[in-house]
This record gives sequence, structure tokens and C-alpha cells, in this order.
Amino acid sequence: MGEKYIYAVARIRVLEGSLLSNALIRQLMACQTYDQCLSFLKEKGWGDDETGNDAEAMLSKEEARTWQVVKELAVPPEKFEVIRCPKRFHNLKAAVREVYTEETGRTIFYEETDPSGEEMVRIIKERDYDRLPKDMRDVARDALQTLLHTGDAQSADLLIDRAVLKRIRDVGETADEEIIRVYAETAVAVSDIRIAVRAQRMKKTSEFMERAMVECRSVQIKRLVRAAAKGAEEIVNYLRETPYAGGAEALGQSMSAFERWCDNRMIRMISPQKYEPFGIGPVVAYVIARQNEIRTVRIILTGKYNHLPEERIWERVREMYV
Amino acid sequence: MSLGIVFALLGAAIAVSLAGMGSASGVGVAGQAASGVVAEDPAQFAKVLILQLLPGTQGIYGLLVAFIVLSQIGLLGGEVASVDLPTGLLICAACLPIGIVGLVSGRRQGNTAAAAIGIVARRPEQFGKAMLFPAMVETYAILALLISILAVTNIPI
Repeated sequence: MGEKYIYAVARIRVLEGSLLSNALIRQLMACQTYDQCLSFLKEKGWGDDETGNDAEAMLSKEEARTWQVVKELAVPPEKFEVIRCPKRFHNLKAAVREVYTEETGRTIFYEETDPSGEEMVRIIKERDYDRLPKDMRDVARDALQTLLHTGDAQSADLLIDRAVLKRIRDVGETADEEIIRVYAETAVAVSDIRIAVRAQRMKKTSEFMERAMVECRSVQIKRLVRAAAKGAEEIVNYLRETPYAGGAEALGQSMSAFERWCDNRMIRMISPQKYEPFGIGPVVAYVIARQNEIRTVRIILTGKYNHLPEERIWERVREMYV
Repeated sequence: MSLGIVFALLGAAIAVSLAGMGSASGVGVAGQAASGVVAEDPAQFAKVLILQLLPGTQGIYGLLVAFIVLSQIGLLGGEVASVDLPTGLLICAACLPIGIVGLVSGRRQGNTAAAAIGIVARRPEQFGKAMLFPAMVETYAILALLISILAVTNIPI
């Protein structure tokens, strides 16, 4: 089976050489100004003539390049469903809102989803839900109904967010590849923890949390909800009993510190893929690494643009894959 | 024509076919990896080509043994020797090492060459070390070749 991806893995090995290393991230951080950061990234081949000094366009270009590589490698798109489906569901969320508010043309959709955001708007307007992918039909109908009947955008969003998590979990559970299973499990568990922390801060009810969370193997949502109902300290205590024990301390500091810990943990988990000569693992790991890299560059650029103190930016900077 | 000559010829066919299959498979696998590297970094063409060719030797070894067999039984000279059944079977058995080991080692060497191409992709300057890994697999094909040649050439016809 691994022999199917020999070409892909060899190509990825070359591309790994152009990923930003921890040393390069330190150099980027050492740039004094936002403009110097952009120049540094351009020197490293980020963006192109069209993107110029537009950081967001540069990052979008890099994201598009990653998926272009995946397309050229002829790896089946379903192998990346756990990574890509949040964007598809984000577009659904935006499309449902656009149909509800009837404010056309103001929504910015993620590109390259199937169906596109604009197509989703048309489908939802016509209530022709069967034209949506199977995993979106019911939730699209329910989210629009919720909005139309209650006007409660948060409840509608919650339905869609839960559908994304279920989709990620289901794809992960049926995946043959260990790396996809681990990614899916971690993504769902971290989302559940994030929901618990935010809901605790906003004093949401246990019922709200249970409606938002999705059961997974590494976190028991009933215990997480009970802990959240008691307070932030209890969430940290519960996490100490899970595979996310190392992140409990980070969570004690802030949610962003915990998210950084989770991203670093993921990068360390996919690290052995650098030495795998066969299989889909190195390709999936490359895509995760690229997303981590783009996320980190975005954090640094935002920090530099807003003149944040260096320590505050470093708190959010992720470890790199290479 | 005796049944012995049929088995001798079968031995030559086994040597050239199995070892050739191993090489074809190995070179194919390494070729995919080489293509992946050249797609991103054409400057590595020469290095990855050498690594791709490494699993090709098993096919040559099989061919060599087959030639010796054909020569021994007189098929190349035009005057076919009289080979009795036990001698034919002996020749056939002598061809098995390079046939079987050629098949297995060719495939395995292809996988190792593909992995070594991955090293060159990441660190082109490590080409010398990378080449050693698939070359190690070659040892066993050479041992099998040696035994097949010794056996074939020492069977009295």
C-alpha cells in the first residue's frame, strides 16, 4: 500500500527542505519591523509578485501552494478530509447566515471547497439540501431553521460546529492511517476542552456544553462538563488525568498557551514521519507542518504589526516540523 | 532431445526471469522516488539516477548465469550437448539461488534505494552515505550469483 506514495514522499522530502525551521523562525522574530518580516519571508520564497506586501495575500498564497502540491501528488482528497472539512463547514456557516440576513456578496468564503461558498448560498436559498454533501444536509437545514425561528446565531453556529467535530471524529475513526486517526482525535479533544474553558468563563450551562461537545476517546465529555461546571481549576485537574496532562499547566496560564501546547504536541507526534520513506504519513505530516508554519507566521506578523512585546509573541510561537 | 536439456533450459529461464522481475520491480520503485525528487529539484538528476540503477544489477546477474547455462549445454554454439535428466535437474537447481535471491533482493533494494533517494532529497551532500544502504542489499545478490556460477560451471556435462 505504501508503494503507492513513493513519488509523493520523495517530492515531499525535497519540499521539507524549504519549510521554516526553528532557527528561521528565530530570525523572523529578530526582524525589527513588520516590513522587515515581510522582506525576510519574500527572500524565503513566500508569496509572489501579485501578493506584494499584502501579508494576508501572502499567507493565502502559501496555503494555496500547499494544496496545489497535494493536488499534483494525486493523493486522494479524502485523505485530507480531517484537515479540510472545517473550511467547508465554515463556508456552510457563512452561507446560512448570508441566506438568513439576505445580505448578498458581503461574505468572504474560503476558496477551493466543494461545493463553493457561493454554491452553498444558492443551494440553501432554494432549500435544495440534497445537492449538499451528505454530511452537511441535515445540519444545514437545522441551522437555517434555528435561525429563522429563533434568530439565535449562536445556536445555529453551535449546530454546525458540532457537525464539523463529528465529521472529523468519524473520518478519523475509519481512517487506515495512524497519523489521520491521531490528528482527528486530538482535534476533537482540543475542541472539547476549548468549549469547556470558554463555556466556563461565560457561565454557560452544562446542557449547552454537552450540546456543543463531541465524544472522543481521550476526553470524557461528561467529566469535562462536570469539571467546567465547578470551575477553571477543576478543568485543569481533570486534564491531568488525560493524555493532555502536559497541557494542564499551559491551560492554567491561558487558552492560547494551551493551544500552543497542543500544536507543539501534534508537531512532535508527526515528527517521526520525517524518516518514513513510504506511505501517506509524510504527505499528511507535511500539510500539517505547513499549516502550523503559516499559523506561526501569521501570529508573528500580527504581533509585529501591532507592536506587541516580543515575549507576548513568543508565548504564541509554535515549534516547527524541521 | 532429452528431458535433461528441458530442465537445464528451465533453470536458465528461472535465473533470467526471476532476477529480471526483481530488478524491474526495484528499478520501478526507485524510479518513482527519483521522479519525485527531480520534479522539485532537477539538479539532483545524476545522483538519483545512480541510486535508481542499483537494483538493476540482479537482472544482469540472472542474464549472466543464463548465458553460462546456455553456453554449457551448447545452445549458443549450435551443437546441443547430450544432457541427461539428473544433470538437467542439477543445472536447474544451480540456477535457483540467483533467480530467487535476485527476485527478493531486487525488490528490497528498490525500496532501500527509494529511501536513500529521500536522503538525497533532504541532504544532497550525503549522497555517498545514502548509496551505501542499498549497496548493502547487493551483497546477497552477489553471494547468490557466486554460488549459481560455481555450481553451473562445475556440473560435468
